[in-house]
Amino acid sequence: MLGLLANHVRERLHGDLAYFNVNQHVNYTNLCNKLCRFCAFQRLPGQEGAYQMTPEQVAEKVRAQLGEPVTEVHMVAGVWPRIPYEYYLEILRAVKAVRPAIHIKAFTMVELDQIAKVAKKPLEQVLPELIAAGLGSVPGGGAEVFSERVRQETYHLKLSGEQWLDTARKVHRAGLRSNCTMLHGHVETPGERVDHLDRLRLLQDETGGFQTYIPLSFHPQNSEMADVPGPTALDELREIAIGRLMLDNIAHIKAYWILMDVPVAQLALSYGADDVDGTVVEERIYHDAGATTPQQVQRSELVQWIRDAGRIPVERDTLYNVVWSGDERCASAGQPAPVNAARPGSAARSAS
Amino acid sequence: MHPAFNAQDSAALERAQEHEDPPAPITWPPDWSAPLASRARQGALALELERIAERVFEGRRISFEDGLFLHEHADLPTLGLLADHVRRAKHPSDVVTYIVDRNLNPTNVCITDCGFCAFYRRPDAEGAYVLPREEIYKRIQETVDLGGQQLLMQGGHHPYLKSAWWVELFEDIRARWAINCHALSASELDHLAKLDKRPLASVLRDLKQAGLGSVPGAGAEMLVERVRKIIAPKKTSTERWLEVHREVHRAGLRSSATMMFGHVETPAERIEHLARLRELQDETGGFTAFACWTMQPDGVPDEAKYPPKATPAVYLRVQAISRIFLDNFDNIQTSYVTQGLKMAQMTLRFGCNDFGGTMLEENVVSAAGCLHLEPIANIERVIERAGFTPLRRNSWYGIVDPRHPALRKGPFSREEAATHAAWTARAAKGSSGGPTRSPERSRWSDSRARRAWSRSLAKCKTARVCRARTAWRSTPRRT
Repeated sequence: MLGLLANHVRERLHGDLAYFNVNQHVNYTNLCNKLCRFCAFQRLPGQEGAYQMTPEQVAEKVRAQLGEPVTEVHMVAGVWPRIPYEYYLEILRAVKAVRPAIHIKAFTMVELDQIAKVAKKPLEQVLPELIAAGLGSVPGGGAEVFSERVRQETYHLKLSGEQWLDTARKVHRAGLRSNCTMLHGHVETPGERVDHLDRLRLLQDETGGFQTYIPLSFHPQNSEMADVPGPTALDELREIAIGRLMLDNIAHIKAYWILMDVPVAQLALSYGADDVDGTVVEERIYHDAGATTPQQVQRSELVQWIRDAGRIPVERDTLYNVVWSGDERCASAGQPAPVNAARPGSAARSAS
Repeated sequence: MHPAFNAQDSAALERAQEHEDPPAPITWPPDWSAPLASRARQGALALELERIAERVFEGRRISFEDGLFLHEHADLPTLGLLADHVRRAKHPSDVVTYIVDRNLNPTNVCITDCGFCAFYRRPDAEGAYVLPREEIYKRIQETVDLGGQQLLMQGGHHPYLKSAWWVELFEDIRARWAINCHALSASELDHLAKLDKRPLASVLRDLKQAGLGSVPGAGAEMLVERVRKIIAPKKTSTERWLEVHREVHRAGLRSSATMMFGHVETPAERIEHLARLRELQDETGGFTAFACWTMQPDGVPDEAKYPPKATPAVYLRVQAISRIFLDNFDNIQTSYVTQGLKMAQMTLRFGCNDFGGTMLEENVVSAAGCLHLEPIANIERVIERAGFTPLRRNSWYGIVDPRHPALRKGPFSREEAATHAAWTARAAKGSSGGPTRSPERSRWSDSRARRAWSRSLAKCKTARVCRARTAWRSTPRRT
């Protein structure tokens, strides 16, 4: 029933379209001082496997994919206070130098907060400098669950819910779009989840800067919370459907296949989701936490997944402009993605 | 004449098979693409879909054409809704069963040369084996120690292991443990009858006497001659596969049925396969369950010839249709070994009510690069999270969970499970056995699913027009 309702909203907004993009992940460091208990990725200096890429190494990763039609590079990583402000600008410039046309989606709210701290400037001044260096938009990670109780139990060193939302507000005011997320399936209660969605919705009413909501499922392996079982497939579908129903003012719901696994992501396209993320070259954060999905897929495979799920594949860039469409009637390249209605008040009738 | 009498001696048989012409090149079905999800809720398609849905909700049987229509036009959520309804009508107590078992492959020597199999070896090839008795005993002991109920024993079609070898094996196992031997698929049984040069019925009698408890449904692949000629030219034919199962049921044993899809078959052929099974089930009632899986093409001999693996959404579609179509099958099994635990959990909402075996060991699909074995605790957890009660069963789908003695429910042995007495009595009376419907079939009008269905329809403007038209058509008119 929940699925039917969510699917109804999804089809009213997007018809049969399902978006994907061709992107590339770069996790430039795993040094992190936040010590979140659900994380299997972070390392302290000197620990085995700790690394920090130089700007040249980041550029090398991008150069390796020059032959592919990548439109977006997604850079998120750990938070380490010894990394100088200049470094962040350097890696942005390094990527742009190798591939000027690429869109850089980088730095979660948590990282942005840290960047402002090392820059010793308020975020409002830092953001234009990052934009000048090449930053195109901001991913939605680091929100976890806004509840203070959950924060104390699992990620007490990280931004609180209020701080996260405040950072997001500043990002949107600077003219950047961002995503938003929720990490579910650990110690949070259903009430805390809905509260989280509600606060996202309020901020979206205020700024309108969120493009996509992505429910992230908790992967327990190798983290401190390995005893907590992660969410099962139906829990993930439920989270997608509730997200679609609650967040009437956010245009897209993403079923991030890297952590949901392909079958769940496919079915999610009928339970409210309209995006499956991208080709993802080399994802590290979830694979350190025991994700068994492949590190990347070919574009053709993604298209086949979407087709088999009964949807029309549409390749988009980060800002949801259509790059390629599986059905020429639906949208033409270069145009913004056709969203029928972002608000129920202005809802168009059934999707074309 | 019985085919078994035509068999040459084993060496000649093998020679003949070695010098057979190379199999015909695989021809591809036209590109199949899944129907667009929203189309099913518009116009004439919505009307037709509603008609079929109504049939399903009333507990009536759907035709071949209806099955094909669902395959070609229905969207996944609707299929899930219908399949879930059928499952609930058959198993109202929301129980999902599984069996603790082990897949034991006594030999991998095989002379059928199926191009989709990565497990088998030719008799003289490197890596060919026949497990020594001690090894088999060791593995059985491990299984029994873990509370195993069943040994799934299948292997290659070995050119020298006649039925006497199996009889001896079953007798030795029965002398030591009370575990059930779920062994020898139809094509293996046919192979044994050929090697022995005697009719299948007498081979089966010996095997049953020695301790064979039930027969797995493997080797069905796709019960359509065109497809079999392409993918498994040396395996038993469609007719023979069905005949062997009829013979098995007649001998007082139960068997299961399977389908392997995602290779060269067309959607119509998938439904045809289901229709053949349904037909035989009407006649004998001897199938306990149906399971299907997609072909696993990694590392198989003819890998280059096969299309890439069917994606999970296709599996879910076929799985749901099989539940809707096979109204005379009590149980539909999910295939978590090939599809993974996440997929398996979703199939529980798409018509499946059984998790199959826990498989302490699996060699066949894992040879094709596909293995998702999971500890029992994880299996139980996903079943519970999906809202079902996990219970352990035996090979005949009786509940034998040591943790829930109160829920213990038969059948407990192959004799209690056998259907042949009823079937032969019915055949003697001359009345063909109609579809065996579940007694608790629910009324369309008061089912929860119907209300959900109508609400979803009412949401769509076009469909609303369609409904009005249906109503108009169904109102009696004066002439």
